[in-house]
Amino acid sequence: MKKVSIDPITRLEGHGKIDIFLNDEGDVANAYFIIPELRGFEQFCVDRPAEEMPRITNRICGVCPEAHHMAATKALDALFHVEPSSAVKKVREMFYSAFYVTDHTTHFYALGGPDFVMGPDAPPAERNILGIVHKVGVETGKQVINCRIRNHDIIKMLGGRGVHPVAGLPGGWSQAVTKEMQAHIEEAAKENVEFALFSLQLFEDIVLGNKDYVDLILSDAFTERTYYMGTVDPNNHVNFYDGKIRVVDPEGNEFVKYEAKDYREHIAEHVESWTYLKFPYLKGVGWKGLVDGKDSGLYCATPLSRLNAADGMATPKAQEAFDKLYDTLGSKKVNGRYQPVHHRLATHWARLVELLYAAERMLELATDPEITDPNVRPVVKTRPDEGVGSVEAPRGTLTHHYWTDEKGILTKVNLVVGTTNNYAPLALSVKNTAKSLIKKGTVITEGLLNRVEMAFRSYDPCMSCATHSLPGQMPLEVTIRDPEGNVVERLSQYT
Amino acid sequence: MSKNGKPKFGMYWASSCGGCEISVLNIGEKILDVDAVFDVVFWPVAADFKYEDVRNYPDGYIDLCLFNGAIRNSENEEMARLVRKKSKVLVAFGSCAYEGCIPALSNFTTKEATYRAVYLDNPSTDNPDGVLPQEITQVPEGELEIPTFYNTVKALDQVVPVDYYIPGCPPEPPQIWAVLEAVVAALTQGADLPPAGSIIGATQVAVCEECPLEKHEKTIDRFYRPYEKQPEPGLCLLEQGIICMGPATVGGCGALCPQVGMGCRGCYGPLPGVEDQGARMLTALASVIDVGKIGDDEAKLDRELDEIMDTIVDPAGTFYRFSMSHSILHRARVSGNGQKKGEA
Repeated sequence: MKKVSIDPITRLEGHGKIDIFLNDEGDVANAYFIIPELRGFEQFCVDRPAEEMPRITNRICGVCPEAHHMAATKALDALFHVEPSSAVKKVREMFYSAFYVTDHTTHFYALGGPDFVMGPDAPPAERNILGIVHKVGVETGKQVINCRIRNHDIIKMLGGRGVHPVAGLPGGWSQAVTKEMQAHIEEAAKENVEFALFSLQLFEDIVLGNKDYVDLILSDAFTERTYYMGTVDPNNHVNFYDGKIRVVDPEGNEFVKYEAKDYREHIAEHVESWTYLKFPYLKGVGWKGLVDGKDSGLYCATPLSRLNAADGMATPKAQEAFDKLYDTLGSKKVNGRYQPVHHRLATHWARLVELLYAAERMLELATDPEITDPNVRPVVKTRPDEGVGSVEAPRGTLTHHYWTDEKGILTKVNLVVGTTNNYAPLALSVKNTAKSLIKKGTVITEGLLNRVEMAFRSYDPCMSCATHSLPGQMPLEVTIRDPEGNVVERLSQYT
Repeated sequence: MSKNGKPKFGMYWASSCGGCEISVLNIGEKILDVDAVFDVVFWPVAADFKYEDVRNYPDGYIDLCLFNGAIRNSENEEMARLVRKKSKVLVAFGSCAYEGCIPALSNFTTKEATYRAVYLDNPSTDNPDGVLPQEITQVPEGELEIPTFYNTVKALDQVVPVDYYIPGCPPEPPQIWAVLEAVVAALTQGADLPPAGSIIGATQVAVCEECPLEKHEKTIDRFYRPYEKQPEPGLCLLEQGIICMGPATVGGCGALCPQVGMGCRGCYGPLPGVEDQGARMLTALASVIDVGKIGDDEAKLDRELDEIMDTIVDPAGTFYRFSMSHSILHRARVSGNGQKKGEA
């Protein structure tokens, strides 16, 4: 049996590897997506004071530290039994919205977008942000850089630092928003809304205007039918900061809706000895291995998953964009809600719908009179015991769960991280893509590398915020060995 | 040096969160200057290179290599050895590579305890057969391999010799840019490089020196956790009893955390000439604690001092939050540790 190792040369090298086995006929027997790294936060956080968790767990990911900071801060609310004031919630959500704008922008323009804007068959040298700038104009490139700078400034202003914020406290936030800050943030939010609308228009013009791209989105190679997870508000609209966790089945029926604190009743994690990362699945369906369909407990938690799990968006312009996505991709409404879209590449479009929502929500909050309430740092005297905090990280539902002694010293910590939710469907996507492209051992070409890479990118996996290189591509190398382990062929994107 | 006269630049991440790379990108448009003055030959996040290329580079081919991330497993260590060989100047970039950082809090515990917490005694994990990651797993189709997870998290210079250190979690963008400018001047215009082993990209004095919060030589009779007290705006946090590592930490960050009402946690590491940041912090605390006056009953004073110190929770995990690998503690003694042969 032949073993094909895909050793990505970017960060995935340290954080991920794919081994594909071919059978004697040269077809794919199996594919393994391996995560070779463990950080161990669950254990080394024990014995730390709970209030330090927002400042410790953000080091899980330097690309989305705001998500861990926020999940940890909300876990402290629950742990100390302190309900944040509505002003505190608004400040936190405004901070979080700025983070979503910059994160989704970076992904679309630098990482995932080039596949579409430039086309999947464009030479690798053009499939990058510089290629996009070349195609749509320098002005767009400047807008992207400015959007990133503008929102990072706000993250630093509200959270204390540009990377690894520090402001989250049980029931509070370390500093109030001043009138000057508010005025600045309002202006930035307006620009963000314009920028999001511009980005959606760009997507429509370039991607939807091209039948080949639309066919690619709808193709079987990038379609898996799984359950979908996302946080929803009381109207079942998408929310990033707070709400209930809703899961829909592959037909779009609500499978379960639960409070984040009850996550253990609904999800469990499976362990395999060949990887350091665990595979979460829906307990109510069960672990059936890496297979899709209604009988398999695999679920996805991505921008597209959040849209699939919700009934709509809470802001008007984002709602219009939401409707357009589902109508265009042929989704029918059943019992008043759209059926899920299973085409993984539509995740890029969903990300832009979310970008618009984040921008609109940020503007709503920036113009809320309560946002400048000076009292955002309550003194907390309640006795801590146990608490769960959950937010939607850009890459999936993120859950922190802490237990402490009566002094608030951690005795146990559990973390179900955004990307981890998607480990199983990601591994499944890799396997299916490999199977659809490797037949009789003959079709191992650059096409495989591009498509495997695209399957990855739609999830924007974090081990891998990461697997993406800045120019918008993930350098991959495929080594094909004969049954004795000798290298018979080596393929690379950079030839 | 390349044929075009540009120095060759590399950057690599080992066990890291990616924040160091984001901080480099946050130097903004200057990132284009980096591209203009350097010939980038190795930078997984920003440039297309082949791993194989690095292996094939002659020794010392890379003029400047920034290495971020700690040494957490066998793969990290292999990469550290490889880039050391291929680089003229190797810089431990960021707190993880410099002194272990947050991941080195693992040195208070063991590999076995970590596996237990993650895979066995875990609240949401369903693992009735007690499956644990194995370096080699036989699957029906063949063999799968993963790196060895170490018992102890090491800083880069505990594995290979390091020329310079840039502290911070992450290093602040203006400091990164200042260092790059200095290196370019040295490589292209013959300016002097700092002495080998220097800490660069930081000031020579404590965070307090760049902190705008006012100090009044005030003493305190207890410490407060950050949620137990609303700090008085504009005043030193430590003098209000809120733990701040500023006095024991080298500056360079611009005292960002204290300015939003949160104490420093020491991510820039110890002051020059100070080997142990935690020990230095204890000295600093002595200067703000109210220890009574000459003539007071000594037994009573001792008792009071103990009471004050008891209001500091988790002193080890706080004072060594970022510096565990390099501290005199290095790692806590724990029974039944699963250290491998040859591992520190």
